[in-house]
Amino acid sequence: MATLVRTDRARADVGQLRRLGGVALLVAILAVVGLVLASWMQFLLTVSLAESLAVLGVALLMRAGLVSFGQGLFYAAGGYAVAYGMRLLGLHEALLLLALGIVVSALVAAAVGPLICRYRQIFFAMISLAFSMVLYSVLLKFNGITGGSDGMQVPAATILGLHVADRVLPAAYYDLTIVCFGIALYAVSAYMASPLGYLARAVRDNEIRLEYLGASVQSVTYRTYVLAAALTGLGGGLTALAVGHVSPTLAYWTTSGEFIFAALLGGTSSALAPVVGTVVFESINSYASAYFPNIWEMVLGIVMLAIILLLPRGLWTLYEIAARRWSR
Amino acid sequence: MQTTSAILIDGLVYASWIFLVSVGLTLIFGVLRILNLAHGSLYAIGAYMGAWLVVRFFQPGMPLWLSIVLLLFGALLVGAVMGPLVERLLLRRTYGRDEVLQLLVTYALFLILGDLTKLIWGVNPYYAYLPYSLMGNVTIGKIPYPRYDGVLIVAAIVVGLGLWAIVNRTRFGKFMVAVIRDREISTTLGINVPLVCTAAFTIGTTLAAIGGALTAPTISVVPGIDVTVIVLSFAVVVIGGLGSLEGAALGSIIVGLARASAVHLFPDLDLVAIYLVMAVVLIFKPQGLFGRVEAKRI
Repeated sequence: MATLVRTDRARADVGQLRRLGGVALLVAILAVVGLVLASWMQFLLTVSLAESLAVLGVALLMRAGLVSFGQGLFYAAGGYAVAYGMRLLGLHEALLLLALGIVVSALVAAAVGPLICRYRQIFFAMISLAFSMVLYSVLLKFNGITGGSDGMQVPAATILGLHVADRVLPAAYYDLTIVCFGIALYAVSAYMASPLGYLARAVRDNEIRLEYLGASVQSVTYRTYVLAAALTGLGGGLTALAVGHVSPTLAYWTTSGEFIFAALLGGTSSALAPVVGTVVFESINSYASAYFPNIWEMVLGIVMLAIILLLPRGLWTLYEIAARRWSR
Repeated sequence: MQTTSAILIDGLVYASWIFLVSVGLTLIFGVLRILNLAHGSLYAIGAYMGAWLVVRFFQPGMPLWLSIVLLLFGALLVGAVMGPLVERLLLRRTYGRDEVLQLLVTYALFLILGDLTKLIWGVNPYYAYLPYSLMGNVTIGKIPYPRYDGVLIVAAIVVGLGLWAIVNRTRFGKFMVAVIRDREISTTLGINVPLVCTAAFTIGTTLAAIGGALTAPTISVVPGIDVTVIVLSFAVVVIGGLGSLEGAALGSIIVGLARASAVHLFPDLDLVAIYLVMAVVLIFKPQGLFGRVEAKRI
């Protein structure tokens, strides 16, 4: 028994090291890539990676069988927390602002979670949608405080106490984003390999059996929900900094729909899959909305139908097939 | 006092409008077990078709009933074409799959239909206000109300009673109830379940289109009306209980009154008020007011 535990722990350590190495390598590659990219592509990648954190949140919930059509709630909470942190609290340090975004989103999730986590399937989807639309209409209607549909500007923040010149600010935000992204990605893949991560998958498969085995489904879904919200809040905060602006659209349900789309496109079987989905989605998005502005959503819908009907586990399936071939 | 009567009347008009749309949504969910996100798109297509027909063919001086006929004709056309098309070509492929996956399929359809509407009718607003303005106003307690709103109320009552009669008094209605209760047993009893599904989806779609077409004279028909209506009808069916016709009626009245009260008392909070009501109902009755509790599979 004792040896068994020891080998398990050793294996877990190896897994952790590999994860850490993989994430570090990815961040290093992204950092190098950032040096050679044209500035508009660098910006696109910054926003995609920030958004991919929200998509990761959606994907974590999807693994537990919960489709959140209202992840925009936390995306906007993170973004507006950054904007208000600057305006009302006088915070100008990016890391503090991002931490504020995470905390605010997690607190919102902790507050609505007990209600929302009682629901499954389409009820979960629709109630999460309802909550995000409430925030949307509040942001829209109280324009004295929130700036209404125009939203608010987010001025440049300091990074680690340093004032960054405007010229290099996008590059600095890019580096900030990839570092935050790397930490979040590591946390997510560690979560996926943890007991909680496996329990979440079991919730999707069969809740009643899980309860009989002695796990609390409510606690698993609740913790997953708060974790997903924290990730999304970080994504929203990074987006607010990089774009320099927040608006109620962040909370709108089509924003949440885009997260779901990206998660479906990539797949949810690995931590990296939703990220790939987001980057692909944002690339198609910026090209297609420039070249076919009139039928862009239609293209999106058709691609989505094709993915759902033909590749139900996302683009990641292609990688899995390739990997299997390779190892043979 | 005046505010109270205004809230009641506005609430009733609003309830009639949202009932026309949400009763179709709940009917489709009951029979097909699919929550159709594209329902709002079909409402929008109905509105565009109705508005286009009225703008194109209706002139002042023609009898007023002709405009209503044009609107209803447009709606029936949309329902009769789009209903079978969507159900047979798309939804049929997803039967028996995960409910959430079906929801996402209808979301994709929502995106496609949104752009299709823009391609056909453009992005400029349509104003089919003639039937609305020609009917004039009626004064109740010193406040003038447009007579056209009466059309919506009558339509909602006719639709409600008609559906009730179909479900409870006809053979097809009995088939539908059987399919709602249990698909598999209905099949073994010799009911043509796929046909019932197509018919129910077409009826639901037509109702959405009627809702859109009859609303068209009261609004400017622009891209984006699909979203507003779908978000509200979800609130209605969730309050009433998914799949329940009585629930849709009661849910519409609750949502209508909630919104009218909010508009008159706290004008900035209309959407928030509706969702607050929804949250309260769900806390006490998680399945909605008329929803059935479903047994979980082990």
